[in-house]
Amino acid sequence: MAVERLFKDEATEEKGERARMASFVGAMAIADLVKTTLGPKGMDKILQSTGRGHSVTVTNDGATILKSLHIDNPAAKVLIDISKVQDDEVGDGTTSVVVLAGELLREAEKLVGSKIHPMTVISGYRMAAECARSALLDRVMDNKDDADKFRLDLMRIAMTTLSSKILSQDKEHFAKLAVDAVMRLKGSTNLESIQIIKKAGGSLKDSFLDEGFILDKKIGLGQPKRIENANILVANTAMDTDKVKIYGARVRVDSMSKVAQIEGAEKEKMREKVQKIIGHGINCFVNRQLIYNFPEELFADAGILAIEHADFDGIERLALVTGGEIASTFDNPESVKLGHCKLIEEIMIGEDRLIHFSGVEMGQACTIVLRGASFHVLDEAERSLHDALCVLSQTVNDSRVLLGGGWPEMVMAKAVDELARKTPGKKSHAIEAFSRALLAIPTTIADNAGLDSAELIAQLRAEHHKEESNAGIDVITGSVGDMAELGISEAFKVKQAVLLSATEAAEMILRVDEIITCAPRRREDRM
Amino acid sequence: MALAFDEYGRPFIILREQESTTRLRGLDAQKANISAGVAVARILRTSLGPKGMDKMLQNPDGDITISNDGATILEQMDVDNQIGKLMVELSRSQDYEIGDGTTGVVVMAGALLEQAERLLERGIHPIRVAEGFEISSRIAVAHLEQIAHKFEFSATDTEQLVQTCMTTLSSKIVKRCKRSLAEIAVKAVMAVADLERKDVNLDLIKVEGKVGRRLEDTELIHGILVDKDMSHPQMPKQIEDAKIAILTCPFEPPKPKTKHKVDIDTVEKFQTLRLQEQKYFDDMIQKCKDVGATLVICQWGFDDEANHLLMHRNLPAVRWVGGVELELIAIATGGRIVPRFQELTPEKLGKAGLVREKAFGTTKDRMLYIEHCANSRAVTIFIRGGNKMMIEETKRSIHDALCVARNLIRNNSIVYGGGAAEISCSIAIEAAADKYPGVEQYAIRAFADALDSVPMALAENSGLQPIETLSAVKSQQIKDNNPCCGIDCNDIGTNDMREQNVFETLIGKQQQMLLATQVVKMILKIDDVISPSEY
Repeated sequence: MAVERLFKDEATEEKGERARMASFVGAMAIADLVKTTLGPKGMDKILQSTGRGHSVTVTNDGATILKSLHIDNPAAKVLIDISKVQDDEVGDGTTSVVVLAGELLREAEKLVGSKIHPMTVISGYRMAAECARSALLDRVMDNKDDADKFRLDLMRIAMTTLSSKILSQDKEHFAKLAVDAVMRLKGSTNLESIQIIKKAGGSLKDSFLDEGFILDKKIGLGQPKRIENANILVANTAMDTDKVKIYGARVRVDSMSKVAQIEGAEKEKMREKVQKIIGHGINCFVNRQLIYNFPEELFADAGILAIEHADFDGIERLALVTGGEIASTFDNPESVKLGHCKLIEEIMIGEDRLIHFSGVEMGQACTIVLRGASFHVLDEAERSLHDALCVLSQTVNDSRVLLGGGWPEMVMAKAVDELARKTPGKKSHAIEAFSRALLAIPTTIADNAGLDSAELIAQLRAEHHKEESNAGIDVITGSVGDMAELGISEAFKVKQAVLLSATEAAEMILRVDEIITCAPRRREDRM
Repeated sequence: MALAFDEYGRPFIILREQESTTRLRGLDAQKANISAGVAVARILRTSLGPKGMDKMLQNPDGDITISNDGATILEQMDVDNQIGKLMVELSRSQDYEIGDGTTGVVVMAGALLEQAERLLERGIHPIRVAEGFEISSRIAVAHLEQIAHKFEFSATDTEQLVQTCMTTLSSKIVKRCKRSLAEIAVKAVMAVADLERKDVNLDLIKVEGKVGRRLEDTELIHGILVDKDMSHPQMPKQIEDAKIAILTCPFEPPKPKTKHKVDIDTVEKFQTLRLQEQKYFDDMIQKCKDVGATLVICQWGFDDEANHLLMHRNLPAVRWVGGVELELIAIATGGRIVPRFQELTPEKLGKAGLVREKAFGTTKDRMLYIEHCANSRAVTIFIRGGNKMMIEETKRSIHDALCVARNLIRNNSIVYGGGAAEISCSIAIEAAADKYPGVEQYAIRAFADALDSVPMALAENSGLQPIETLSAVKSQQIKDNNPCCGIDCNDIGTNDMREQNVFETLIGKQQQMLLATQVVKMILKIDDVISPSEY
């Protein structure tokens, strides 16, 4: 007697071959989706959100594309997750990791089709990944000790990263921006201290790095527009109506005159607070919260520049740049550390007025002002620059560098191929497949550039047969070129993360032989 | 008979709305139940052993779990069938009790049910079958006791523990670095173990995970890891020889639990209230300072003003730390959790050698390490890995390994894995069967056959010929009188599990057999299934 129903309504179960097929198909579909964005000649995608306004994003960034997709296939979700992790961890290579994982699964499908057990494939892949990693480790370059060379490396990495993005036209300009900004961080990976301000108008070339700090705020009415040798107090305090915080306190009076009295007391309290703040000997006051008209007026009277409602990141950055501390109480002015800067002035970018702090004490933070024709361009430029900054900041800590342009893949494929020849047993098929999957990345780069990939890859293989070859694909001329001469570099950390997480994800999906999908939670009809 | 007649011949209803309830009785009910149980077991069967496959589960919210752990799979499976739910419970109780072998117990129960069905077809009464199974399970448990080995371990020599944990981990996705993870698990357990009392409180081991880096970067931290950062961005990021005040009261004005109102009706009152408020914050911080605390860890939030005052007075603080973490910190640092500022005393402060904040990746994720604690009895295992599902699965695997290590400390007997214990029991039961007169004999033999299905599944999953392999191993066990022969899943070339170092805990195995038998007995005793109709 058959079981009538084991699972709840609408829960589905897929077993064995079918489950594996479902995950292969899902994963490959995702990989194919982002495949065309790979490489310097990769194309962008337009994403339209289903939310209100149907806002449109144009992007080339794998993680951004995948994040916005609504996916139902479980295997595809695994790939999206690895892309997201790659973004969080190193910032770049989000497309490559998905493409590589997809290719690994594509090869695995063929192997499983020819009756090789998934576990055998997995153990082959594991060996291959380890071998590929050590091959890369053998060929890394590390210029940490030589400051000039290291800077050159960073420039090259930034240019390589940017070349596949919308900024590729001005990649040299932006690479310089990014490298300068990251060098200022002095090894910290906290990208929050690099502020990116987007202002529509002008062209991308007009973007610039500002050594000081720019706050996207206007100066209050009637307050000085320019302050030299400013003492800045950075605060996070209520400057609207300073409420009594004791729970349950309320005003209860029996006549109008008393209301007026209490209102007066409140005002007095605010006036005292302002007096205390002024007592710090400052000429600029920046608050995270609102400043009401009354205290603002008091500040204006005292000739103090008061800036209200600076966002949280802005406050933190400002405190970092000017060396002051974020204050919330003002009773002991002598011990509060004030921030200093040489000059505060209002500047115009496009038609917006911004506040510019220059000549700051600590040079860690800086601001990059992006200019561009439209918001879409600016958004994409920000993402690209963010990728570059992430990669650079990671490279500063782990200064190992590889060549780019498909070179690492060729090196790995060669080592893996050799391993395949040495390995007895069915595993060697899996190892061979791994090397084919690695080659798919340069192939895709060439295909996306409209080049004859079969011819190019064959040439590359031949080049790499020689020891210590630096050959890679030169997409610009469409031929095989010396990557060291062309100055195309990539960070080792990125490549390693791509290799390892792609293998890990492929392994996870391969191990699955059954998919059980619960019925989706019913949503209440909101209409 | 759902309809009866009283003495006047009027009908009255015993079971309401007959038509709308489905009802299965007698043999049909038993068979339906058995087939449901077997169906659940069949799902898990392919997950058994080092070459077992994983299952991918999508929950109602669309999140994905990929797992090899029987209990996790069954729990997420959304089973509707009543008997199916019993199997889920079975696996869960194995998980609670032992922590490992959750797949094996279900496979075992499934095999027993299959055998029972065959006996029922021959017309043997279910109760007799159940009794036979009960007798056999007792024989099996006693036999396991006989073939079990005790091994010695000490705080310094933990090799055997590591080996046993490795057996557990070898069936999981973390197989690749099972050695290092097993060592981490054993070290963690040894750190918190009370070897005198032979007890381990696993609550003292915190398992924390963060995506990124590689699985190989998983580490054991002798201290506590809190997924929080300093309350004020400008507080120091590293504190040496920290004295920690652990508070469960907020840095906020008091909120009495009874309803109250403070009425302000004059300017003076307004003024005093204001001063009071300021003093209040000052007092709180002064109290922390007075007892000599250099770090404040608080379960609640801080007011902006308090936050600045803390920073100003150079007293770093962490807010919104969860209750469990707070307890762990208290244990690790030897401090006391203080519910009121007035009760702060220098003795109640916890001590830690180093507290530091560490940033990860390109996002602004930061975590707080509390290390070199006064009492090193609380440890954290910090897992890294390529993606979220990987981390989750690693957490589960580590949990299993921890449980195994704990069980070994409680009872240091082991049996051999790879199906060796099952085969040995099967032989013993087969031999004992003939001594029992009556129908139970058949049931006992069936139990022996059911035991064979575990090694069979192992062989099947490893791509070996199940019947051939099993019979070869079985004959070898009898010929050499060696209970260590098992299935050579990893194709190493020997099937002596002693050489392969494949161990399982004795209590784990015994529990598996007892639990499986119990559930099967329960299922067999059901002869009427009444289910309400669909509405």
